Amino acid sequence: MTSALSIRDMVVTYDEFAALDHVSFDIGTGESFGIVGESGSGKSTLLRAVSGLVSFEQGTLSVNGRPYSGRKRDKEFYRTVQMVFQDPYGSLHPRQTVDRLLLEPLVIHGFTDIETRINRALDEVGLGTGFRFRYSHQLSGGQRQRIAIARALIVEPKILLLDEPTSALDASIQAEILNLLEQARRDRNLTFVMVSHDLGVISHMCERLAVMKTGKVVETVPRKALENREFSAEYTRQLLVASEGFRRG
Amino acid sequence: MTMPAKPLLTVEDLRVTFPTRTGDVQAVRGVSFALGRERLGIVGESGSGKSQTGRAIMGLTPGHAKITARKLAFGDRDLLTMPARERRHLRGKQVAMILQDPKYSLNPVMTIGRQIVETLKTHERISTSAAKARALAMLEAVQISDPERVFSLYPHEVSGGMGQRAMIAMMLVCGPELLIADEPTSALDVTVQLEVLDILDKLVADRGMGLIFISHDLRLVSSFCDRVIVMYAGRIVEELPAANLADAQHPYTRGLLNCLPTIGSDRHPLPVLDRKPEWAL
Repeated sequence: MTSALSIRDMVVTYDEFAALDHVSFDIGTGESFGIVGESGSGKSTLLRAVSGLVSFEQGTLSVNGRPYSGRKRDKEFYRTVQMVFQDPYGSLHPRQTVDRLLLEPLVIHGFTDIETRINRALDEVGLGTGFRFRYSHQLSGGQRQRIAIARALIVEPKILLLDEPTSALDASIQAEILNLLEQARRDRNLTFVMVSHDLGVISHMCERLAVMKTGKVVETVPRKALENREFSAEYTRQLLVASEGFRRG
Repeated sequence: MTMPAKPLLTVEDLRVTFPTRTGDVQAVRGVSFALGRERLGIVGESGSGKSQTGRAIMGLTPGHAKITARKLAFGDRDLLTMPARERRHLRGKQVAMILQDPKYSLNPVMTIGRQIVETLKTHERISTSAAKARALAMLEAVQISDPERVFSLYPHEVSGGMGQRAMIAMMLVCGPELLIADEPTSALDVTVQLEVLDILDKLVADRGMGLIFISHDLRLVSSFCDRVIVMYAGRIVEELPAANLADAQHPYTRGLLNCLPTIGSDRHPLPVLDRKPEWAL
């Protein structure tokens, strides 16, 4: 398996605080890789460092063999890597229609068949062209997240970075979005890097997962290890117990 | 569950209506239940009216909304006709509410200690030193290890879990008989959630309070409460003992239970809710 995304000893510091402390991953092409951890564990910082939203001071990042450093990314990078954010209310421009939101990435990357692409993108996320000229405040949380996914998929990326894509949504809507993401991954042979605090979601979506705490990787295990409880770190066990819900004791 | 002869709270045919430019929107459409000294869960997704039900009981519905009910009573006292002054006495003293996010629901320019003392002084004739002692004891009761320090901190100086404990302390310091908890742990990390729930559970049990636990998380509610009410589009679609959740009849309840991804179950795609228009009738 070739590496779609390779991270070596990545370090991100905010002032004196090490948000990422020598983190290394290799994620294969077509793989779905999960990262779990609590707030402050550095899981979102990792995705932001990969996508160039924050700069990393040390370490290397390579995408399909091409190295990148700091926070400078070229157009080619964003053709390959796209990101979906947690909060569907904060990640869409409030004064742009859906049409305008989807148009922008197409113009940036010089696509020509804009009409068909926008219509196809809306169909693919199950919204239909009726939504094309709405503003994001006219959409529900689930519909907004579908638009965010459509915007990411419209430039035909190979790698999708998903930062808690369903944690702001109701359980019933979460299932729909997870199904949509899985379908897209199957159809396009995408590589997923998915961050979540919910072990259930990660074990449903990902074949392999890393557990992070205070900027470090505690351990990396295959999905099966969660079911069979074949992991070594105490922290992983704590997360697993927490995900099973409240017990009166 | 043995019901006491006189319920703590009686809600009959509660309706909350918001007038909008395009006509009236009914957020709550005829909710009825009675609550004793027990733990009742109200579950539903956003827009189901679960929070508005809690707010109507608490008397925190926005002024332009219309509340009607055949009966809305706390013990023998009618909440609908009660003057605002009396309602204020009740609120904080006998009925208290824990909100979702301590970041937004604590006063940012008052220390945590002063906010707790304020609650006490509003409702009781008590000296400042006695109030401080009570506040410190309460902070200790919510398992804050260094109450003196937390007493003098501002809300932004504490973590989410600590803030939520402070809020629980603030709400329980006057010894209310009914506690409404609206998504008390949704803003917290998973491992902290359990600690906070544990504290809440013990305090509610020790003090024999009635609890209304509002949440979107059906599994969490069923593990925490004695009885669960499931709401959809402003109505109660099902009410059942928490232990019998597996026997839920309504397709919405079953759908909510099924759509969660769990470790070890290999279901691709996940079952999704097939919303029937008749559920909302």
